[in-house]
Amino acid sequence: MKIKEIAQLVDGQIVGAPVDETYEVEKAFASDLMSDVLRFSMDETVLVTGLCNNQTMRTAEMADLRVVILGRDKQPDEDMLELAVDADITLVKSKFSIFKISGILYNAGIKPLY
Amino acid sequence: MHYTFQIERGNFTDAGQASSSVKRTLKQLGVAPANIKRTVVALFEAEINAVAHAYGGTIDVDIDGEKIVMVVADEGPGIPNLDLAMQEGWSTASPKVREMGYGAGMGLPNIKKNTDDLKIETEVGVGTTVTMTVYLV
Ligand SMILES: Nc1ncnc2c1ncn2[C@@H]1O[C@H](COP(=O)(O)OP(=O)(O)OP(=O)(O)O)[C@@H](O)[C@H]1O
Ligand SMILES: [Mg+2]
Repeated sequence: MKIKEIAQLVDGQIVGAPVDETYEVEKAFASDLMSDVLRFSMDETVLVTGLCNNQTMRTAEMADLRVVILGRDKQPDEDMLELAVDADITLVKSKFSIFKISGILYNAGIKPLY
Repeated sequence: MHYTFQIERGNFTDAGQASSSVKRTLKQLGVAPANIKRTVVALFEAEINAVAHAYGGTIDVDIDGEKIVMVVADEGPGIPNLDLAMQEGWSTASPKVREMGYGAGMGLPNIKKNTDDLKIETEVGVGTTVTMTVYLV
């Protein structure tokens, strides 16, 4: 699924790095614990999280994530947006809860990481 | 090639900068993506540990054609029981560290998993030196 379709499904707003129109998301992982994000391969995966700070971006960068959905109406600050752009990570801001975002993506055919 | 970075105690605004910079360098050098990933994940875990659990320190990275050697040396409390620290789930992370998204007790086991060689020297009340090697060939 394309990043823009995902943004639409979660009624999200796209910020951070510009959307890579060719990128296909196949899986999702939901976590507020960055320690766990670093343990898995994040290929073709979108991270769904309510953790909104610089370390979310640093972790995403190390994990090779290209898209992160920030749920629960979290607002990234300038610093975070800059890190996202530098690491080429697109952020999708959504007002929905993590549970709702996950349910929507699951229904739309996005696979769990495991 | 040799690179050195400073790590600052408790600075979660900048924590990860060194790992980010190393990632950029490895990309420029054309290192295989799978090797980049395991190198920077290990380095990042060690960098965060030095910020989170110690009083800061230094990172030294040496890259040649066949391997990457990373040394993260901190001044800090040291690790009283290394066997325990290496276990999945063991953590003494402070509330502040947990707020940042860390403290699952998975960092050291993850470093072990991602590197080919891991050496941890630690002395209580003095500090910890983590030496990690990733072979490229
Ligand atoms: N550099 C260090 N100095 C002092 N203690 C450390 C250091 N690195 C690790 N430790 C100790 O070992 C424990 C386990 O470290 P580990 O990286 O596995 O987990 P964590 O940092 O607590 O959580 P996570 O890495 O999953 O976010 C820490 O909670 C801490 O008690
Ligand atoms: Mg750790």
